[in-house]
Amino acid sequence: MIDDDLRDLYQEVILDHGKNPRNFRHPEDASHEALGNNPLCGDRLTVYLRLDEGRNILDAAFEGKGCAISIASASMMTDMVKGKSLAEVKKLFERFHKMCTGDDDGGIADGFEDELEKLKVMSGVRQFPMRVKCATLAWHAMNAAAEGEDAATTE
Amino acid sequence: MTNVVNFTEPVRTDAFDVEAIRRDFPALSLAVNGKPLVFLDSAASAQKPRAVIDAMTRAYESQYANVHRGTYHLSQLATENYENARAKVAQFMNATSPDEIVFTHSATGAFNLVAHSFGSLLEEGDEIIVSVMEHHANIVPWQLLRDRTGIEIKVAPIDDAGNFLIDEFEKLLGPKTKLVAVTHVSNVLGTVTPVKEIVRLAHGNGTPVLFDGAQGIVHEGVDVQDLDCDFYVWTGHKLYGPTGIGVLWGKPEWLERMPPFEGGGDMISLVTFEKTTYREPPARFEAGTPPIVEAVGLAAAIDYVTAVGLDRIAAHEKELLDYAMLRLAGMDGLRIIGRAQQKAGIVSFEFGDVHAHDVATIIDSAGVAVRAGHHCAQPLMERFGVTSTSRASFGMYTTRAEVDALAVALEKVREIFG
Repeated sequence: MIDDDLRDLYQEVILDHGKNPRNFRHPEDASHEALGNNPLCGDRLTVYLRLDEGRNILDAAFEGKGCAISIASASMMTDMVKGKSLAEVKKLFERFHKMCTGDDDGGIADGFEDELEKLKVMSGVRQFPMRVKCATLAWHAMNAAAEGEDAATTE
Repeated sequence: MTNVVNFTEPVRTDAFDVEAIRRDFPALSLAVNGKPLVFLDSAASAQKPRAVIDAMTRAYESQYANVHRGTYHLSQLATENYENARAKVAQFMNATSPDEIVFTHSATGAFNLVAHSFGSLLEEGDEIIVSVMEHHANIVPWQLLRDRTGIEIKVAPIDDAGNFLIDEFEKLLGPKTKLVAVTHVSNVLGTVTPVKEIVRLAHGNGTPVLFDGAQGIVHEGVDVQDLDCDFYVWTGHKLYGPTGIGVLWGKPEWLERMPPFEGGGDMISLVTFEKTTYREPPARFEAGTPPIVEAVGLAAAIDYVTAVGLDRIAAHEKELLDYAMLRLAGMDGLRIIGRAQQKAGIVSFEFGDVHAHDVATIIDSAGVAVRAGHHCAQPLMERFGVTSTSRASFGMYTTRAEVDALAVALEKVREIFG
C-alpha cells in the first residue's frame, strides 16, 4: 500500500518527466549556461538558455544527474519557459517556490494560472521538506545562467 | 594419537540478546510515519543507550564546572571525570598512556589538527598517500595543506569489489612519502583495509601511518600497540556516544614534535605578549574549554560497548551482513556496491535506475531510515560511476527483521517506479 503523500509526490506526470525528460540536451548555440549543484546529495544539472536581445528565452535545455523530482522539475521548467522573458520567468519561479514550500496563497492573478496549474504536480514536495531543494534546483540554475553566473547551489 | 581440532567449528558464545540491547536505546522504540522506526543509518551516527544519556544528565546536574581551572570541589570533580574519560579511551584503544589521547570536537577536528600540526613539519614536494575511498574529512584537510605548502597527494586505488589494492599502494611509497592517511573501514563500501600490512609497508619506507577509525573502531575495534600505527582518529557519536567529541590518538614521539593547532586557554604554559610557551601533549592540542560532558558520555559509551563486548557486536554485525548481502542481492534490479572480502556491516546499493533520494524518501514512509547521497565520499562515487547510493548500515541493535523490513520497503519503490 502506498501512502497518499507519496502518491502526491510521485504522480504519473513526474515519473514520466523523470524517466523521459524533455529538452535533455546541450544546445550548441546556447548563450547562457549554469551548473546547479546540490552539495547535500551531489546532484548536478546544467541548464542552458538561448536568449534574444530583449532577454526573451528562445530555447531552454538541460543535462545532468538527479533524482526523479529534480529531473522532472528541470524537464517541465525547460518546456515552460521557452518564449517567456526573463522577468516573467523570475516571477513564475517566485510563485513556484512558494508553492513548493506551502507559502503560496494562490490568490494573486498574475497571468501564470496555466503554468502554475501544470506545476501543481510538483507541490507534493511540501510534505517532504528535504526534497524542496530537488524541485527548485533547476530553477536556481536557470536564474544563475540568466544572471551570468557559472553556478548555483541549493544552499 | 594426535588430537584433531576442528577449526571450522563456530565458537559458541552465550546468546547475544539483541532485544535486551534494543530496550537500552530509547530512540529505537520511536514510531516514524506511524511505523516502528527501522534505523539503518548507524554509520552516519549511532543511537544512544540510556546509560550514555543518563551519565551526561548526571554530569550536567551534579558534577558540572569547567575543568583544569577551579580549586573548588565541583571543578575538581569535573576534571577528574574528564581525565578519567581520557584514561578510559586510552585503555579502550590499548594506548600506553592517557597522554597519547587528544580530545577534539570531532573526527574531522582531529584530521585538521594533524594536517595542520604534523603538516607543518612537511615541505613542498613531500607526498602523502590517501585511498580513493576516503571520507571528505580525510581528503580536504590535506588539500588545504597542499594549498599552503605545496605537498602532493597520491591516491591508492581499489578494485571493482572495493578491495584495497595493497600492491598498488606499495608502488606509491617512495622517498618523499611523509604520511599515509587511509581509512580502517570504508564508510561507503564497508571495506576493511589491510591495516597491518599497510603499516608494515609504510614503516618499511620510514613513513608514519594515520588511520581514519571513525567506522573501524566501531566495527572492528583497535589495539594501537598491536597495530603499531602512528595516529588513529575516531569520533564518539558513531560509537553510541555523544556528538561534539572526537579522539586523536598519536604516538608520543609525533605528538611531542608537533606544534599547537589552535591557540587559547588551557594549552599554554606561560603567556606574555613577547613570548608564549606551550604545555606538553595532550594539553597542547586542547585549546579552550573542552567537551567536558561529552567526554563523560563517551566514557559511558565505552563502558556500555565493553560490557556488551566488541567481539560479540562484531559477530552479530557479521551475521547480519551475511544475511543482508543474501537477502538484498536476491532482489531484482538491486546492485550492491562494495563486496570486499573483508567487509563490515555497511551495505551501499543502487536500486534499478531509481535515484537514491527517491529510494530513501519512499522507504522512509515505511519507517526505514537509510542514508542516501554521496556519503561525503564523492571521489569514491566517481570511482564507481555514480553520484549517489543508498546505504544501510548496522549497529549492535540491528535485527534481521529490520533487514527484511528494508527489503519489503524496497518493493514499494518498485511499485511506484515500476
